[in-house]
Amino acid sequence: MTVVLEARGITKRFGAVVASDAISLDLRAGEIHAVIGPNGAGKSTLIAQISGSLAPDAGSVQLLGEDITALPPRLRAKKGLARTFQISALAMEDTVLQNVLLGAVGAAGSPWRFWRSVGADRDLRGKAEAALERVGLLSEAHRVVATLSHGQRRQLEVAVALTLAPKAFLMDEPMAGLGTEGSQRLTAMLDGLRREAPILLVEHDMDAVFALADRISVLVYGRIIATGSVEEIRANAEVRAAYLGEEA
Amino acid sequence: MTPLLLAEQILNGLQFGVMLFLMAAGLTLIFGVMGLINLAHGSLYMVGAFAAAAAAGATGSFALGLAAALAAAAMAGALVEILVIRRLYARDHLDQVLATFALILIFSEGTRWLFGSFPLFLDVPGALSGPVTLPGGIQYPLYRLALIGIGLLVAAGLGLLIARTRIGIQIRAGENDREMIAALGVDISRLYTLIFALGAALAGLAGALVGAIQSVQVGMGEPVLILAFVVIVIGGIGSIKGAFIGALLVGLTDTLGGIFLPELFKLFMEPATATSAGASLASMLIYILMGAVLIFRPTGLFGSRA
Amino acid sequence: MITERHLNLLILAGLILVPLWAWAADEPFTITLATRAVIFALAAAGLNIALGIGGLVSLGHAAFFGIGGYAMGILAHHAQSYTALSTWPFLIEGTKSMPVIWLVAIVTSALAALVIGLLSLRTAGVYFIMITLAFGQMFYFFTISWAAYGGEDGLSIYIRNDFPGLNTLDPIQFYGLCLAILCAVLFATARLMRAPFGLALNAARQTPARVETVGLDPTRLKLAAFVISGAITGLAGALFADLNRFVSPTMFSWQMSGELIVFIIIGGTGRLFGPVVGAATFVMLEHWLGGLSEYWLIYLGGMLLAIVLFGRGGLIGLLTRREGGA
Repeated sequence: MTVVLEARGITKRFGAVVASDAISLDLRAGEIHAVIGPNGAGKSTLIAQISGSLAPDAGSVQLLGEDITALPPRLRAKKGLARTFQISALAMEDTVLQNVLLGAVGAAGSPWRFWRSVGADRDLRGKAEAALERVGLLSEAHRVVATLSHGQRRQLEVAVALTLAPKAFLMDEPMAGLGTEGSQRLTAMLDGLRREAPILLVEHDMDAVFALADRISVLVYGRIIATGSVEEIRANAEVRAAYLGEEA
Repeated sequence: MTPLLLAEQILNGLQFGVMLFLMAAGLTLIFGVMGLINLAHGSLYMVGAFAAAAAAGATGSFALGLAAALAAAAMAGALVEILVIRRLYARDHLDQVLATFALILIFSEGTRWLFGSFPLFLDVPGALSGPVTLPGGIQYPLYRLALIGIGLLVAAGLGLLIARTRIGIQIRAGENDREMIAALGVDISRLYTLIFALGAALAGLAGALVGAIQSVQVGMGEPVLILAFVVIVIGGIGSIKGAFIGALLVGLTDTLGGIFLPELFKLFMEPATATSAGASLASMLIYILMGAVLIFRPTGLFGSRA
Repeated sequence: MITERHLNLLILAGLILVPLWAWAADEPFTITLATRAVIFALAAAGLNIALGIGGLVSLGHAAFFGIGGYAMGILAHHAQSYTALSTWPFLIEGTKSMPVIWLVAIVTSALAALVIGLLSLRTAGVYFIMITLAFGQMFYFFTISWAAYGGEDGLSIYIRNDFPGLNTLDPIQFYGLCLAILCAVLFATARLMRAPFGLALNAARQTPARVETVGLDPTRLKLAAFVISGAITGLAGALFADLNRFVSPTMFSWQMSGELIVFIIIGGTGRLFGPVVGAATFVMLEHWLGGLSEYWLIYLGGMLLAIVLFGRGGLIGLLTRREGGA
């Protein structure tokens, strides 16, 4: 199977603390690969290095065989890596539609147009509305984001990522803060998404992870201690001791 | 250009620099601890100068004038902090800019209303008037020399205050972690008022000291305030050490540039053109210095955060 | 309570009708006041693009206002004294033609905004405020020491510059010209706010990280906004100089920068007509309060404090509250 996104030996130190200890993992076409780990395991640091907001001390990140380690987040996005944020980074004063339109403008690489209304551009608008339709937010298109529920904001995060027509998704705890119902709805949505592009899913919600993941990597103290299928991870003694034991 | 003239200009630059430091120190402390940009800091400089001129004029004593300057500026600072500033800590910088801009209008027009539009004069105290002969035969005004001394003393005192005392520990804690000082059981709002009053007193002191060698008038504070901003940008926001180094750099650059650039230009231009071109370039020199620092160190020489 | 759109139309009607009334009643001073308000509104409308949409708190926009002013002053000064601006490497002569002066004002202030923006945007937040303020002050001191163009005394231009087909010395005609430019700029701003650039800039203010993750460069967007903004304020500066037939370093003063921000806030941040309402209110207050008390700026200061501390959304926000503001 094609490897879409790959981290090789990513290492990051903060003083004496090794936040990422030679992490290697890959994301293959069509799969959801979940990264789990207790708090302080280094998940955020890993995400930051894959998305490009933090430079690793050593190691590389590759997207479809191309080394993107030196690229800033903006250029990684252009290459087809779409991330969602744990704490929503949406334009809160704008409408839902404006937020997805931003994604469409970004994908088209055309912010340098000063005259014609975005809404009047059929291409951009079509893309934006299609993304909203996919996540079930089309009926809320003209609401201001600040008035949306937490779950709807999560859906919108995914919709913005969709407008980029990415090669790979990088999702930072999309389930965080969602209730059972919201989390189930989002799980169903992500389930269908993997055919479009594979998802590297960093997530705390075990139910969602076990329901969605094709493979799971377990991150503890900056190291990946195991990678495998849901069953393999459930059965792995080291994982149970280091991590699942704490959860239960 | 003689070595004597050079030495004199370096002393002038130092004197200008330490006075800028008194302004910049308060600004950078207030920003570092409370995260507030205070445009009205120049008004406190003016308050100090007016209080000193009024008190010295009434009593004939320069020392009483200085005491009045410190007291008036500190009180004005504390009052403004309690009435207005503390409502701004949680606001964005735009609100802080506007509210403190409004304070400038109120302070300036209020002072004009109280004292009129004509400048006041504050005399150099008799004991410090006249020149003094320094080693090497340099004749230099004693008062200006005293200003350098006072500025350096205050800088040292401020350094000790922050490094050694309880309040200094609280200030440093406040710069790093607001929740921690709350956890230490410190009354934050009192601490903030105190820091603000301290910064105000330093500005008032600078205003009074400089008031004796310049005229005391409405609007005197803002040009100094803007130079203090340049100092802070160069030194790095929140850093007292940065403010000190930055202030000396700006003071020396401005003073020496104004003298040497026209001389330098005379080497390859006719004198009249050289004088005016040199003066024009000299007026921009500290801003060019600031631009250069920004290119190489966007957060200033000693700054850590944007 | 009315909608913002209707309020805007009402303001526009006022901008046309009040000076026409003053013209009919032969009160040229009122027309001059209105012209002053319209030019200030134009300058603030320029700043509004950087500040209101882009979130860039520039406390140095007087730099562009002054550059526009000096573009007019220098060109017209050479034209009225029949001297060349420069003879080497090629001959540049002065001019009394407004369109040419405007073009020069726009280009020079845009260039200055590009350089200042490149340096200032290396930082953010409070650094940005201090740096823009400092650069504004740099121009102030530079023009004071620039003896060739009057230094501290500035430059007087004896006759207002020409515009084809108009008698610019007639107050109402000059007013009409300024109003037409303001309307054109406001219309273009309204387009820009809805265009992809406005959408992206608006998002760059609120959430730069998001803008980056959709593949756009927030800093470049802000720089472009800063340049456009500076160019418009520069154009306003050229008109202001023509209104007074005089330029001096005070056009570069930090108070001017502060007042431009005040116009925007009084009117309502980020609102299309905010600068217009703010500038008109300011000019009226200046006229009325200034007539009542020499110390009218105290009252302005008090008002401003009240607006910042208690009333968000400015006057337009106050008048359209039912609509829910933004």
